[in-house]
Amino acid sequence: MIRSQFASLILVVVFLCSLVSFPQVQASTMMQEGSTLKPADSASAWKLKEKPAEEKFNPGEMIMEHVVDSHEWHIATIGHLDLTIPLPVLIICKGQFHAFWSWKFHNETRSYLGFTISKERANKGKIVTVQEEMTGKGPKVFDFSITKTVLAIFLSGFFLILIFGSVADRYKKEPNQAPHGLQNLLEPVILFIRDDVAKSSIGEKKYEKYLPYLLTIFFFILFNNLMGIIPIFPGGANVTGNIAVTGVMAVFTLIITTISGNRHYWVDIINTPGVPWWLKVPVPLMPIVEIIGIITKPFVLMVRLFANMTAGHIIILGFICIIFIFGQISSALGVGVGIPTLLFMIFMDLLELLIAFIQAYVFTLLSALYFGLATIEPEHH
Amino acid sequence: MELVNPGIGLIVWMTLAFLAVLYILGKYAWNPIMKALKERESTIHDALNSAEKAKEEMQKMKFSNEELLQEAKNERDAILSTARKIKESIIEESKQKAAEEANRIIVSAKESIKNEKMAAITDLKDQLAELSLEIAKKILKKELSDPKKQENYIKELMKDVKFN
Repeated sequence: MIRSQFASLILVVVFLCSLVSFPQVQASTMMQEGSTLKPADSASAWKLKEKPAEEKFNPGEMIMEHVVDSHEWHIATIGHLDLTIPLPVLIICKGQFHAFWSWKFHNETRSYLGFTISKERANKGKIVTVQEEMTGKGPKVFDFSITKTVLAIFLSGFFLILIFGSVADRYKKEPNQAPHGLQNLLEPVILFIRDDVAKSSIGEKKYEKYLPYLLTIFFFILFNNLMGIIPIFPGGANVTGNIAVTGVMAVFTLIITTISGNRHYWVDIINTPGVPWWLKVPVPLMPIVEIIGIITKPFVLMVRLFANMTAGHIIILGFICIIFIFGQISSALGVGVGIPTLLFMIFMDLLELLIAFIQAYVFTLLSALYFGLATIEPEHH
Repeated sequence: MELVNPGIGLIVWMTLAFLAVLYILGKYAWNPIMKALKERESTIHDALNSAEKAKEEMQKMKFSNEELLQEAKNERDAILSTARKIKESIIEESKQKAAEEANRIIVSAKESIKNEKMAAITDLKDQLAELSLEIAKKILKKELSDPKKQENYIKELMKDVKFN
């Protein structure tokens, strides 16, 4: 059991290495041949694109490229071939809506319809007008593109619906039967969220109302965390390590907490019990702290998940970079450093696996605790 | 796209996708799953309860069975003892009856013996009287065959007869 897990992990890591190593190979061959390839105008998903001669291996850039969102889903580079899933670009600029595929940017000028993907430090990766890229000033571009992260969210949502739909079917078809298969795997987790997270944090009476949300965020975060560890499509997108994604979920928790807050909750915020009066009366220090606390709670939720997942990805990518940094010095050194680094990566991947569960659990548990705090009834002594 | 600078597009898409997933999962997954889990839990709860009840019932039945057995045994004993008593009384009665019958028979036997005896005696007396009469006749005949003797006898008799 453990051995087979190790084997699959090694496979995963080796694949990750290969993903990163292809640009290297490609860069060197490009230098030799100096050839340029015309962009293929096919509607096929797999795009052959021109690649500018790459500069020296830059670990920082490479890591950031893998961690942040992107307008195309790069899968692998084999020789001159970039295996990339093109994604639709949907932008609104000056009240005008533009929709085109992201490969339109792969031309001599790297721009299309006056838009380009910025290379400037501040806007790096964002779609801006060429005017802004040149002069630093220009009309604002509202980008509603289906980016890599958006596609990953759609896919994981689709998979979640597929998985839990089929599990729910089982429950419908065979009620009062012992669970089996996928149902057997997920039922303890569902029961754990219900009994140890929702019931214990919110209370027996009111937990049911919040349970669908808690289950959804738990499995959404967990599934995306796990998908993030898998380096190949449809995994590999850093969804839960994206601040917009964690932010939206945190805002949902904030909204639900605020809506379901009862009298007792608001009274406790304005007139915090168990605090000396002089912290409240002349200067309402505690009420201010409490009101700030309403915002900081979801803010911390957002940052915690984002930072944990992004950090995990950066560490693993960092280990991969070490191999290539040494590999550039000499290939023997690369191999020599590669083996212990590989072990470190395996360790980190296992740690990430643990973190994937812990972070999903923490986000869900804290959300449940906030709901519990908002709905708690004052104790009558 | 900067690491800590959320894009508006991603926020919008994430919100839409998350709401859709939340709605669909809530309606088609969590709701039936929770219902089924609750139902199963209550079923298991009921089953356990009824098993416990059945166990108690069994215990009770065992008790009542034992009671029934004890009762049956007691009844059997009672029946046996009364039967024995009846038997004894019957034997006693029949013995008594037999003794009485025997006595009666003996008594009647004695009586009939007595009667027979009396009859025999009477008969004997009659026969004796007849016999003696016969004998006396014969003797008289023989004695009085001689007229002298007749005269003597009459004289003798006459002597006894006294005329006052």
